[in-house]
Amino acid sequence: MTDKSASPPSPEPSFHPDPATGPAPAGAQTGPSRRRVLGALAAGAAGAATGAATGTASGASAAGTPDPLITENQPWSTTLGEGVDVTPYGLPIHFESDVVRRNVPWLTAETISSINFTPIHALEGTITPQGCAFERHHAGAIELSKADYRLMINGLVDRPLIFTFEDLLRFPRETRVLFMECAANSGMEWAGAQLNGCQFTQGMIHNMEYTGVPLRLLLAEAGVQPAGKWVLVEGADASGMSRSLPLEKALDDCLVAFQANGEALRKEHGYPVRLCVPGWEGNMWVKWLRRIEVGDQPWEHREETSKYTDTMADGRSRKWTWVMDAKSVITAPSPQMPIAHGPGPLVITGLAWSGRGKITRVDVSKDGGRSWETARLSGPAHDKALQRFYLDTVWDGSEMLLQSRAIDETGYVQPTKDALRAIRGENSIYHMNGIQTWFVAADGRVENVEVSS
Amino acid sequence: LPAAAEGFGLGRTALPQELAAWDIDIRPDGLGLPEGSGDVQTGEALFSERCAVCHGDFGEGVDRWPVLAGGQGTLADRDPVKTVGSYWPYLSTLWDYVHRAMPFTEAHSLNVNDTYAIVAYILYSNDIVDDDFTLTRENFATVEMPNADGFFVDDRDQVEVPAFSAAPCMHDCKTDVHITRRATVLDVTPETETDTETGDETASAEAPAAPPEPTG
Repeated sequence: MTDKSASPPSPEPSFHPDPATGPAPAGAQTGPSRRRVLGALAAGAAGAATGAATGTASGASAAGTPDPLITENQPWSTTLGEGVDVTPYGLPIHFESDVVRRNVPWLTAETISSINFTPIHALEGTITPQGCAFERHHAGAIELSKADYRLMINGLVDRPLIFTFEDLLRFPRETRVLFMECAANSGMEWAGAQLNGCQFTQGMIHNMEYTGVPLRLLLAEAGVQPAGKWVLVEGADASGMSRSLPLEKALDDCLVAFQANGEALRKEHGYPVRLCVPGWEGNMWVKWLRRIEVGDQPWEHREETSKYTDTMADGRSRKWTWVMDAKSVITAPSPQMPIAHGPGPLVITGLAWSGRGKITRVDVSKDGGRSWETARLSGPAHDKALQRFYLDTVWDGSEMLLQSRAIDETGYVQPTKDALRAIRGENSIYHMNGIQTWFVAADGRVENVEVSS
Repeated sequence: LPAAAEGFGLGRTALPQELAAWDIDIRPDGLGLPEGSGDVQTGEALFSERCAVCHGDFGEGVDRWPVLAGGQGTLADRDPVKTVGSYWPYLSTLWDYVHRAMPFTEAHSLNVNDTYAIVAYILYSNDIVDDDFTLTRENFATVEMPNADGFFVDDRDQVEVPAFSAAPCMHDCKTDVHITRRATVLDVTPETETDTETGDETASAEAPAAPPEPTG
């Protein structure tokens, strides 16, 4: 793998490596980006073996040699493909086998109460395919049929109720596109750049179009008593996942959802029924929702005391940090998506989102935050949902320090990591929405770094 | 919110036995706490049999499994040890969680008195009660958790939102830009399954359990 002909020229570095860390030593490049580069080079070699010049941007030989992918008949244009009865429910083509959920084994003691990551580096638009949308379980992904499903509403209500799944289908429905972000997304980065790839650093998130019954309609059916101020939402799995929601949020926009992206929820996402809590931390989106209790006080259960509380520098901790603040990340280029095409036109793209409302603007910097350009938002702007952005640019082959900065409709501007640390210290675990920096090397490799503020 | 008058007439009334089966939650004020009791000695035997394989004989934790005891006074440290004794604000949470979700793989297998006893032992292992202590519904409220006052309600709207809502700088925002921290120095990112050249599994196993030292 010494053929670097696809690499851009290497100009003088435009940034100064910190003496304490120094530049990455030769051969030290690790993680997905190197594999991607090697893979691209391997693909080029394979193409050369069959006479195809797949390594060049235009797919045509610079020497004027005709492209055999065009001049020679290919199997797919001379023989037959698969019939319509081969795949009743399809999976992605095998060439896309790297676009999958990934686990980081050392993060948790085992894989049952654990987390995996959405391959956001490889996705486009805003809707997350359910099959690779991240999972977070506390007692595994359970199998619960619609026939066995029951939902109880009790506590400070006029009439405690039991609903079957069939009952839920008879209430008026709503459909909404919403992001669901784990409170711990980017949490490994509090103490510094640690994982190399936005799948790992920002991938505890998915964005789906949900259909379900507004929670307020179910509560109205039971009749909330005047003393009711909080609701406990609880799951059917062995973790008995339980969180306290203020009644105002429950009556505002929470959705008892049974479909996502047009079809039933996936088992691992709460089949047959989960709660959607728009804009709020993912832990509260209780899966396999089985009970809703109305009370006059919060329950202060394990997932809102021991967990999902944010310890500050002085040792005291915030609780009830429900909202996910405005955040963004450049998904390409990124460590898993190095620049393989050399200098010239370059699409910089990414995702932005805010639990406080719509994204109104995203700025992109190529020089570590010294100067900024406003990116182009693409697609519909949904409230509390992922927003795609693009900055179409021309890369001259120089090193870059890429950043994105989200702004939401309340005027909140995504802070730097150092700005967050100045207020919270480094041990709050959750709610890390600081600006991500990617170092783009002259050869197109990309690394997770932090820069001086 | 009036009930069925304006409702859809869907669902049926929950029966007392159904409510008793699912409504097992406990609140800090003791609401939901059943009659019963358990002492430290009984709890120690139960803990040894049902809990110690993961949490250690004294709640110190085995391998990566959660530490339940110790760590008091470490919350402002660089690496705080957050346990029932050092961090949890309410005893009700411990009782509720053990009863609802533990032992891991065998939820709902502990009866009421078992739960009182195990909770009493965890309190003892955190030096919160003596070894002759018996926890009951009646004395539950007398137990003081060390970090009961350690929490405050989300104040981002006051402390952060105003600071982060100014019009952002667009040009000449910094004079010096240099790299301070790099992920590749740590090299703890898993490799893909198709990559066989670097033996990623061993690298992962040796990776740090907690966020490592910053490199900048």
